[in-house]
Parts: sequence; C-alpha cells; structure tokens
Amino acid sequence: MKPARRKQEGRWAWRLTGFVTLCVYIFMFAPIAATVILSFNASMFGGFPMTGFSLQWYGKLMANEAVLAAFRTSLWIALVTAAATTAIGVVTSFALVRFDFPGKQALSTLVILPALVPETILGVGLLVLIKAVDQPRTLLLLVLGHILLAVPYVVLITQARMVGIRRVYEEAALSLGASRFSSFREITLPLLIPAVVAGALLAFTISFDNTSASLFWRPAGVETMPTQILSMLKISISPEINALGTVMILVTVGIPLIGGVLMQSLTKLRRRGEPKEEAK
Amino acid sequence: MPDRSQASLSPRPVSAGAPGTAPNMDAEQPAVEFRDIDIAYGKFVAVRDFSLSIRKGSFVTLLGPSGCGKTTILRSIAGLVDISGGQIMIDGRRVDDVPIYKRNIGLVFQSYALFPHKSVFDNVAFGLKYRNVPKPEIARRVGQALDMVRLPGSEKKLPSQLSGGQQQRIALARAIVFEPQVLLLDEPLSALDANMREEMRVEIKKIQKATGITAIFVTHDQEEALSMSDRIVVMNAGSVEQIGTPEEVYERPATAFVADFLGKANMLAGTVSRSDGQIAVTLAAGQTVHVTSPRPLAPGSKVTVVVRSQKLSVGPAAGGNRLSGRVVSTSYLGGSAIYEIDFGGKTSIRANAPINGRIVREGEIIEVGFDPSGCVLLDENGQRIS
Repeated sequence: MKPARRKQEGRWAWRLTGFVTLCVYIFMFAPIAATVILSFNASMFGGFPMTGFSLQWYGKLMANEAVLAAFRTSLWIALVTAAATTAIGVVTSFALVRFDFPGKQALSTLVILPALVPETILGVGLLVLIKAVDQPRTLLLLVLGHILLAVPYVVLITQARMVGIRRVYEEAALSLGASRFSSFREITLPLLIPAVVAGALLAFTISFDNTSASLFWRPAGVETMPTQILSMLKISISPEINALGTVMILVTVGIPLIGGVLMQSLTKLRRRGEPKEEAK
Repeated sequence: MPDRSQASLSPRPVSAGAPGTAPNMDAEQPAVEFRDIDIAYGKFVAVRDFSLSIRKGSFVTLLGPSGCGKTTILRSIAGLVDISGGQIMIDGRRVDDVPIYKRNIGLVFQSYALFPHKSVFDNVAFGLKYRNVPKPEIARRVGQALDMVRLPGSEKKLPSQLSGGQQQRIALARAIVFEPQVLLLDEPLSALDANMREEMRVEIKKIQKATGITAIFVTHDQEEALSMSDRIVVMNAGSVEQIGTPEEVYERPATAFVADFLGKANMLAGTVSRSDGQIAVTLAAGQTVHVTSPRPLAPGSKVTVVVRSQKLSVGPAAGGNRLSGRVVSTSYLGGSAIYEIDFGGKTSIRANAPINGRIVREGEIIEVGFDPSGCVLLDENGQRIS
C-alpha cells in the first residue's frame, strides 16, 4: 500500500513540475510566438484573430525604403561596434590580467561601471558632453555610444577567458624566440578566440537592439531598426511591425546561434584532424 | 661558508664524468655565470648575493625547499625575472638587458606548457620558425628531435592526445631542437606519477649527455638531484648552502641544513671532551664517541656529529663507536630495515641497516656502531669543521 501511494505522490509531483515549467515557457515565448505568427496574418490589423496566411507584410517591408535604410544603418553600426568593441575588450582585458600596475583593481571596476548606469542617463550624459564641446550629432557619435554600452560586457567575457589562459604559454613562446607581439598573436589570441567570438556577437546584439540611448544619439533623419519601429508604432500597430519584429528576432537570435554552431564545428574539426590514438 | 666561495670563484673540475671537463678545457668560458645576483620583489629579497659558474655541457641542479629561491634564479636566466643587482653572463655575454626572446635558452616547465592549439609538429617547430630556419630543414630537425625523445611519428597529434610523460618529452624536444646555449628545467618531473618520473629522469639525463647541452635543473627532490647532477647547488632561504658533486654534498654536508635536507642525517649534539688525534665527544645522553676531525678542537667546544643512517651498523655487526639503545620503531624495506633507536630518552638515531639474521623488533635493546671517520663534525653555528 505504502509504496504504491508514494509512487502516486511522486507522479503528481512530476505532473505539477511539468505543468509549472510549461507555464513558464509559454509565458516567456508567447509574445515572441505571437509576433512571428501575426506577421503572417492576412488581416490588416496587427492583432488576433488570424484571417488567413499571407506574406504581404514582408512584401510591404521590402518595399519600405525607410525600413530598409534603418536596417542597413543598424547593421553597419552593429558591425562596426562589434569590431571596435572586441578589439578594445581584448586589449583591455590583456592589460588588466597580465600586468600589475597601481590602481589596477579600481580600473577594472571602472571599466564595468557603464553597464550598471541606466542607459537613459548614459544617453543624456553623452549628449550633454557633445553639446558642451559643440559637436554635431553624427553617425560616429552613435557608434561611439554603442561601443560605450558594449565594452563592459565584452571586457567581462574576455577577461574571464584571459584569466584561464596560463601565463606559461606566453613564457614558453617568448623563451622560444617569439617577440611579445608574436607570442600574443600566435598563442594568446588563438586561445582567446572563443571569448573574442562571444564578445563580438554580444556587442553586435547589444548595438542592434539598443533603443533608448539610440533615441538620444542618432543624428537628425537617421533611424535604426528599433527607433524605426518606435516611430512606426506612433502611427498605428500595423502588421508590418510584426514582420519587422520577426526579422529583428531572426537577426539577434540567429547570428549568435550561427556563431555558436560555427565555433563548435570549428573546434570539432580541429580535433578530428588526426585519428585518435589511445595515449599509452 | 667554505664551499661556496671556492666554488663560485672558478669552475673547479668537480664534475667528474661530465663532458667537457678535461683539464685542458679549464680555461674555457663558463656556459652560465652569476655574479653576486640579488633578486627582490618589493621588500622581499628572494635571492641574496648568489654567485655560481656553470661549465659547458654540465648538468647542474638547484636543490632546496620551496621558497628557497631556486626557481627565481632559473627564471632570471631566462629573463622572466628581473635581477635587482649583479650580472648574469651566458657564454661570456652579459644578458641582464637582453629580452627573453633573444637569449637563446630552452625552457621546460613543470606543467609542460605545450601550446594546446598547435600540433606536436608546430609546437616543436616553434623555436626554429622564429630563427628563420628554412622549411625543409625545420621538418628534418623536428623529426630528429622527436626521434630523440622516442616519439617519432607524433607530429600531427595535439598535446591533449598525449599522456603527461609524452607531453613532457615533447616539451623537452621543443626546448632543445633549436640548440639553445642553456637548457633550463623547472621541476619538470613533479607533475608526473612516480613510475614515469623515474623513466623521465633517465631519459633527460641521456638526452643531455647525448647533446652535450648545458642543463640547469631545479628540484626539491633530493633523489632527482643526486641521481642526475654533475653538481648540486643546495639552497636555503635565498642563499647557497653548499655547492658540490652529489657525493660531496651527501657525504660531506657543509651545513646542518644540507645534512638535514639531503637524507635527514642523524645529528648528535655533544661537547668535545678530549682532543688528541681523534676527538672524543660526549653526547647529550652521556655516551662518548670518538671521531676524526680535520683539525684539533678545544675541549669544551660544542659540536654536532652528523652520521648518515646508512653508515650505522646494527647488532653484532656494530663496529667502531658502539652505543646501545632501545628500538622505538622498525620499518621493514625488504633488503634492509630502518630502525629508530632511542638513547636514554634524549637522543634518537635512525639507522638503515641490511638485515642479517633477523629483524630487530620494537622495544628490544640493540647495539649501534659507526666508524670514527664515517661522520662529519659541525661547529656550534652548524658549519662543517674543516
């Protein structure tokens, strides 16, 4: 009797756990699913019920010059941000991990600080600064702003990896005749690559997604994808926005995914380079 | 410290059997020379006033407990540690200001430090590549080096596919393939398991002899030091205790530290009671022993008699000075046994004696003997009397 009862209790506990888990996942993904599904809705109102399947909103998107311009702008900004931020991140974390200098601890905290300051404050701050030195708002400013936002995260990632790369590798390279630069390029950097890729992807998404700070920084007449969506929303909730949202999701989720898969297959390939022989 | 000054002044021909020790080569340049090196990290002085000259082709070991400065000295040759005073010469060239990558030294680390993302070939070829050796020549020499460490054909493997011992052999190949002026080995055996360690010990020594390369080896393991070295530099707390051949440092320890660190010799404290030809020493427990001394000593002076446990004979075989005591513990080792023997609760002695007849058990009273010349006398400062 007793074991049977315990078994039943166990079954109920499992069912409950399963149910709660399901709810959490629905809660997390329902908005995303709604956006994606509604982007294929034939109705001209951006909400349920579905009236039929259609790709017309994607077609409209493709024909919308403003949207395409915004997409191109965002893409370029994100690419430049990713490249610049990764370079800064690698150099910064190398300095922070490999060298000892007075105030190192303070500096390493300071680098992370912008990540903790509310974005709106940073947005206003940079704007005020630019006004103070009497410079126009340009695309360059927008890129610099995005770099400012992404650097802390990239430094965190690369720093964590750098700590894990033992110094003896560099010492070995130096002792074998490689200059400091060569040993960095041939030893440290390749070992750092996973963090470099992860950092670049993160910087890309941070830049591509950024809304509030971009609203402050963008030059007049320039829209990024998120600000374009915002300005479209001011007019109406058109189904076009759902289509645009789906594209955004594809880019910001897809790129890191592709990056991750690429990384994995790359390391696998390298390992598979030689048939495995048992070490005696 | 008598041995130190002598040894540091000139490369004495103490390294019997080492290549390049023929007397007519005495005038030759030492491979590595330290002149009054000081190394400090902030306020902490890691090495003080270190002088040593190492002859070409010899195998020198820096031996000492952790924190004695031996690794610091090794790293200073490589240029990984800056010296605060003195000079380091490699082949007569002062290298204090030469950056590490221009020093032409081979370095083997405790943790192998093979580049994990490069194949065995690329690891071994690394040093040659930076010396602008043409490609076919690189391939030939890498193959040769891999033959030497008995891992031919492993070119395409990654370090992670090799065992610890194999990795260390590749690391050795990588360090010697470009024929460096000096080979530095920083506790290369410590990370290996016991069986592998012994095999690698022989292997390293063989390769060193075959190539005739000058090797500096750092270890805290006295067995490694004794079995591999032409000369041993025993270090403690940043300075040199003794420099000599393995036999010298073992048989004639210069200080109490050396006697204790190498093989835990018995140290019997006593007072000189008579000094004519042989010295009579009255031990703390009351017994008197007779020992030979290089010079007469004033009665009443405090001395320590140092006797190796292997120099003690036990039971009926006991000869020379005879002491009787109670066995406190017996460790059976097969061919021999280690006895710990107590004399009147004040002095205890470890004797490592072959077993003839039967093993003496705990609690029994036995006779222990040692030859008057089988021991070393230290003065009250722990320095050998000479």
